[in-house]
Amino acid sequence: MKRIGRLPADARAIVAGDRKALARVISGVENRDETQLGTLRALYSRTGRARVIGITGPLGVGKSSVINDLVKLLRAEGKRVGVVAVDPTSPFSGGSVLGDRIRIERRPDDDGVFMRSMASRGESGGVSAATRDTVRLLDAAGFDVVLVETVGSGQVEVDIRQVASSNVVVVVPQLGDEVQTLKAGLFEIADVFCLNKSDLPGADSAKRDYAELVSLGLTPEGWRPIVVSTSTLTGEGITQLWASIQAHEEFLDRRGVRKERDRLRAQEEIFQLLRDRVARQLEDEVSRAPSFQGEVDRVARREVDPHTAADRLFKKFSMAN
Amino acid sequence: MSSTRRRRPIPLRVLIAKPGLDGHDRGAKVVARALRDAGMEVIYVGLRQTPEEIVDAAIEEDVDLIGLSCLSGAHMALFPRVLKLLRARKITNVPVFAGGIIPDEDARRLKKLGIKAVFGPGTTLERIVTTAREIARKST
Repeated sequence: MKRIGRLPADARAIVAGDRKALARVISGVENRDETQLGTLRALYSRTGRARVIGITGPLGVGKSSVINDLVKLLRAEGKRVGVVAVDPTSPFSGGSVLGDRIRIERRPDDDGVFMRSMASRGESGGVSAATRDTVRLLDAAGFDVVLVETVGSGQVEVDIRQVASSNVVVVVPQLGDEVQTLKAGLFEIADVFCLNKSDLPGADSAKRDYAELVSLGLTPEGWRPIVVSTSTLTGEGITQLWASIQAHEEFLDRRGVRKERDRLRAQEEIFQLLRDRVARQLEDEVSRAPSFQGEVDRVARREVDPHTAADRLFKKFSMAN
Repeated sequence: MSSTRRRRPIPLRVLIAKPGLDGHDRGAKVVARALRDAGMEVIYVGLRQTPEEIVDAAIEEDVDLIGLSCLSGAHMALFPRVLKLLRARKITNVPVFAGGIIPDEDARRLKKLGIKAVFGPGTTLERIVTTAREIARKST
């Protein structure tokens, strides 16, 4: 274990298991507060130990209920579990209702579970930079497994790939015909399909559809996704679900995929941080340029097209830098 | 204006919970939605929460405010218990407001115990939003 004495106070508290400090630093990181981002930086070398599992899928398929069952199973195995549940932010008011806690039942004195609800705050991929950093804080705090539930709006939640090592896509019977399962996006990121509500009619034919889908080919990493039927009403399939996730985790280690993935992710994250920073700087500088408002007016009046206006403003920006 | 490109202010995080065995959550949902529409992040835990669960949620979610609703008549047993647990866990900067069917005299006693505001039937949503903002601001 690395020496704890050199860490900033909040970082030390998190490593020591202080839940209030953890919660406070998560807020700071969400708000992109410089001090708390410093805490995160100090803890980075202590991360990478937790298994991070993405749980995604359309609205109302039972993601939170599946998580509730997984938490119970993992607690029974003695594992410490963190849960990060992302719900959408209103594009109109900036507010949100985060309702995933309702499904999670636990012993009130159990400090082996930490659940945090999070608003997407305008990120479209279902996962924000703050989500990734929150997962890191839970990892540094010693949680063995972190389950990340993402916004259930359907076909675009692919950013979860940047955060989780195994992805569970939760679906239910009668979501649509088998052609839906061929569409790009959500179904491409599944390492495990969790066919939930398997107590409902249509479960058998849905199972056949997903079995056929995974028989069509392997993921780019050479893995054939597993289809598991679950019912959170009866408890059916939860053990198999966790076993399938573990099988995928073992595959990642066995084939050396994990290391390669970690490198690609590191690269993508650095690019993303650079893009954000350059975009902010560019917008700040361009919007302060004297010619900016004039260009906006000309585009709005249809005198200049937006591409030409952007070209001109960009030229000025790049000459100034 | 370039200011329209600016990021939004940091939203207030509010926990909305119904302690105890009361099945009426329409009021809590209406309030949750109004706070959402006012730009707040509402952690909605809804019905049948124990005071312990409420305080655990408040800690993990690092909320700025807690709103409790009770229509069963058990408010004098449940609300003070939440306040007591908050103190026991050394959470001193998270104000609590309440709503429900609460007689005036109980409301006065609850305020003496530390509940910052008590909203009865007929309170406008506007007043709830404004008051919530105010008590959150005063406690930071």
